[in-house]
Amino acid sequence: MGIGTLVAMLAIALAVIGILATQQAYSLFLPGLLQGAVLTIEIAILGSLLAVIMGVLAALARLYGPAPLRWLATVYVEIFRGTSALVQLFWLFFVLPQFGVSLDPFPVAVLALGLNVGAYGSEVVRGAILSVARGQWEGCTALNMSRAQMLRRVILPQAFVAMIPPWGNLFIELLKSTSLVSLITLSDLAFKAQQMNQNTFKTLPIFTLVLLMYLVMSLVLTIGMRLLERRASAGLARGKAA
Amino acid sequence: MIWDWNFTLEILPVLAHAAIVSVEATLIGFVLAATLGLVLAVVRIAIPRTGWTISVLVELIRSTPLLIQIFFIYFVFPKFGLVLDAFTAGVLAIGIHYAAYCSEVYRAGFDNIHRGQWEASIALNLSAWTTFRDIIIPQAVPPIVPALGNYLVALFKETPLLSAIAVMELMQTAKIIGSETFRYTEPITLVGLFFLAMSLVSAALIRTLERMLNQRATR
Repeated sequence: MGIGTLVAMLAIALAVIGILATQQAYSLFLPGLLQGAVLTIEIAILGSLLAVIMGVLAALARLYGPAPLRWLATVYVEIFRGTSALVQLFWLFFVLPQFGVSLDPFPVAVLALGLNVGAYGSEVVRGAILSVARGQWEGCTALNMSRAQMLRRVILPQAFVAMIPPWGNLFIELLKSTSLVSLITLSDLAFKAQQMNQNTFKTLPIFTLVLLMYLVMSLVLTIGMRLLERRASAGLARGKAA
Repeated sequence: MIWDWNFTLEILPVLAHAAIVSVEATLIGFVLAATLGLVLAVVRIAIPRTGWTISVLVELIRSTPLLIQIFFIYFVFPKFGLVLDAFTAGVLAIGIHYAAYCSEVYRAGFDNIHRGQWEASIALNLSAWTTFRDIIIPQAVPPIVPALGNYLVALFKETPLLSAIAVMELMQTAKIIGSETFRYTEPITLVGLFFLAMSLVSAALIRTLERMLNQRATR
């Protein structure tokens, strides 16, 4: 879908929220939902940061680490990709305290979502690094670069461009997964919606607004990643022409 | 003692029973997703000027969380007179959500069909229905089976969300056991292990399937 269509969808979604906000039946819920949305955004941003860090670390460990580190990274990726995000969230929330590690819901949420998406992300990073042409490595060797120099100066900058679209999808997945944290008592957007629904039974306005708000957040993220992709690959094209 | 084996053996049959509900939800949800996804992909090609509408619909479904969609169907539909029980509402939501993803997979499959196949079908005066059934779908679907398989696994891993509307599947059962006995370690870990085992097995199956399909394609 083109970036123009996405921007048009975003504009329409915002306009619909604006029109609904003039109706009392809807505007009543808006402040509370916005409060929830702020928490959703916080968790999404921190979770994404953790996911990127874990993704890069796990991918580098699997590709270039010594054997024990490689196994550790593989086990991490398999466990977090193989079990459901909600199971991981509940495990960290309910089971970890039994081992003496009691965390607040907020760090649990960031940790669970970050680790979960990081596991998928490591495959993205790994694939992107492997997709860099062999000749680039050989060129680096010919220039007598150290392995760290090769990765930092030549391989990762090229792999970065290939990573942007799949990471964009993963960030969207993470944003949507933040709704799960409502089930461990964090008052994010989904939690606020359920709470208000139980108090007022005004189901239709509440859930319509919530869907629209998630849509706006996803679209902003998608558009942002598209722009980033455009910028990054524009640089690459120039480099090729030179 | 952190892990109690007697307790584990005690709750295992209960969880095994709940696992059946999870698997049922997965299978029904996936049949719904695969069928609806195919319908969306075919409509996009067969009926002119529906492409944009379907794109927007797919984008809308994919941009909002499944959990909220489950709530929407479970809580909002009754206001319009459509009362669904928790299991049906949940499976319907999962099916529709993944139909959006599946339709994109089918679309990729259709896009890979050479133009000449369509033109030859027109030249042979085949109806649109026959073209799809006998020419296009038999060529388009086998290559995308592994991609659909990946969505089957992803869908399976989403079924714990049904616990949010109190469907008695694995996660909900584990939570109830936990709140009754104050022992969460065993039930939740077992649920995790069950998902891990199923995912690893299905990943291996999909890889085998992929190899078989590749062999057939190159022959």
